[in-house]
Amino acid sequence: MSTNPNILCKSKAFYDEFTRKGVDDVITTHYCPGCGHGILHKMIAESIMDLGVQDKTILISPVGCSVFAYYYFDTGNVQVAHGRAPAVATGVKRSRPGSIVISYQGDGDLAAIGTAEIIHAANRGESMTVFFVNNAIYGMTGGQMAPTTTIGQKTATTPYGRKVENEGYPIKMSELISNLDAPVFVERVSLADVPNRNKTRAVVKKALQNQVEGKGFSFVEVLSACPSGLKMSPVQTNEWVKATLHNIFPIKNFRDNTATAQSSFKKDASSNKEEVLKALNLLDQTTDYKPSVDKSKFADQNVRLAGFGGQGILSAGSTLSVLAMYEGLETTWIPSYGPEMRGGTSNCHVRVSNKRIGSPLVETPNVLIAMNGPSLEKFESIVKKDGVIIVNSSIIDKKVSRKDVKVYYVPLTQISTDLGVPAAQSVAGLAAYLAATKVIPVEKLEYVVHKSLKRKELADKNISIIRKVAEHVGGQ
Amino acid sequence: MKQDSSVPRVEIRINECKGCHLCIAACPKKVLEPSGCFNNQGYNYAKYKGEGCIGCGICFYSCPEPGAITVYKKEN
Ligand SMILES: Cc1ncc(C[n+]2csc(CCOP(=O)(O)OP(=O)(O)O)c2C)c(N)n1
Ligand code: SF4
Ligand code: SF4
Repeated sequence: MSTNPNILCKSKAFYDEFTRKGVDDVITTHYCPGCGHGILHKMIAESIMDLGVQDKTILISPVGCSVFAYYYFDTGNVQVAHGRAPAVATGVKRSRPGSIVISYQGDGDLAAIGTAEIIHAANRGESMTVFFVNNAIYGMTGGQMAPTTTIGQKTATTPYGRKVENEGYPIKMSELISNLDAPVFVERVSLADVPNRNKTRAVVKKALQNQVEGKGFSFVEVLSACPSGLKMSPVQTNEWVKATLHNIFPIKNFRDNTATAQSSFKKDASSNKEEVLKALNLLDQTTDYKPSVDKSKFADQNVRLAGFGGQGILSAGSTLSVLAMYEGLETTWIPSYGPEMRGGTSNCHVRVSNKRIGSPLVETPNVLIAMNGPSLEKFESIVKKDGVIIVNSSIIDKKVSRKDVKVYYVPLTQISTDLGVPAAQSVAGLAAYLAATKVIPVEKLEYVVHKSLKRKELADKNISIIRKVAEHVGGQ
Repeated sequence: MKQDSSVPRVEIRINECKGCHLCIAACPKKVLEPSGCFNNQGYNYAKYKGEGCIGCGICFYSCPEPGAITVYKKEN
């Protein structure tokens, strides 16, 4: 609202201008006359301002009529794929635990395509606030049946009325959600008349307040009018909501554990470093390891290792991550491969940083270790300017055509085969990369390989391969 | 126009109104009505009869448009 308590006007949580419709109309929303979304938006905006959380609110807008909520709310915004808002909200909240995350969804979005996401976010008790607009129809796409459509209700896809035998019963999400243990607050409200709107305002604020206090998962189902979908006037639609929806979806609080709920931020729930090292059996091994990088000066390493299945690509990638862990750095590793065990292509993404890593994906690597021809062809162009490409010259005849990257040609397969361990060729690729860039001393790789291989003889062979490769790179 | 701030009133921005008339249905004092005129977008916008508003804000919370209604409560 305005800063003057005596004036009720457009909330400061809304943008001054709504650019959705271009320059012709920057003052109205795209919602139909009488749509409940607009009414709820205003209540959410009011609570955001009342609670003083505008600068830390992140609104996740769904697919459905509210898909454009980000054109209206002057907050952080993410617009997500159909049904996925609670999953994205989970990621946003966990990576930014201090933010206030709102997952805003319609009934097609939440109760049909996104059923799995909402149930599991609720079941994990994610610290977020969900506003679920139940208007008993798919509004945006033209009035098809939603899971919440009532028995007998005519829609574009139930022209004779919804029949239990054919389409089942209306799904009651608040009842479902409140059957789970984790949610702290579950309430169904309505926008259909003045007393219910007053109640809704209070509940919207409470559900946000819960999150401000770190209380956990709050779920508010809002019975709402979609005059276009129902093909009635706005006033009639609200009468219908009262006469029909209120009976099927009772308006009530299903749970309020906020008085006793503990703060439930999922702070670093999965990234306690010691626990990770312990789980990987690395904890006691790290004791005699002396990290050698200056963490404060460490430049982010975004590496793609690529080749064919059987070259040891994925395990070499994870070796790099393990090495990073020994050094006390942050790291991620994700494999990307086809269904074939061997004979397919395979590559992995490895990130190493001195800061927490947001996404494990490496879309623009600064390092490419290309173990075969197709890998070089596929990934050469995505390497960052001034990046490094290690080319396995035993297999790849082609030269790198780019002039803005540093290239090392090393006969990795040859060296590994000559020294008796062809399977070590990708580790050899790692050795080449470390020897070329010196981001972590290549001797440290020897240490990790030595620790991870149980058979001493095999470890020794690997180490001689690493040394030979390092020598080769040193000479380039 | 200088308004008397001791008298509550409601203001409807003609071109932000979508003519849903939820405010008219909600107003406890029945001081809002269809204007019978059409705005830029072609909606029969709502209008204040000019007196009788008690500044309760009920129309504000019934209106789906963020900026269509402004309610000036009584200043105290
Ligand atoms: C994966 C995918 N499937 C289907 C659609 C089409 N689609 C867009 S909106 C929508 C229904 C939205 O209905 P609801 O969540 O009830 O929101 P409302 O529009 O009523 O607010 C559907 C099925 C889509 N965009 N993406
Ligand atoms: S179709 Fe329904 S839900 Fe969508 S904007 Fe119009 S009234 Fe609102
Ligand atoms: S509720 Fe808002 S949009 Fe609807 S008629 Fe009243 S002022 Fe216009």
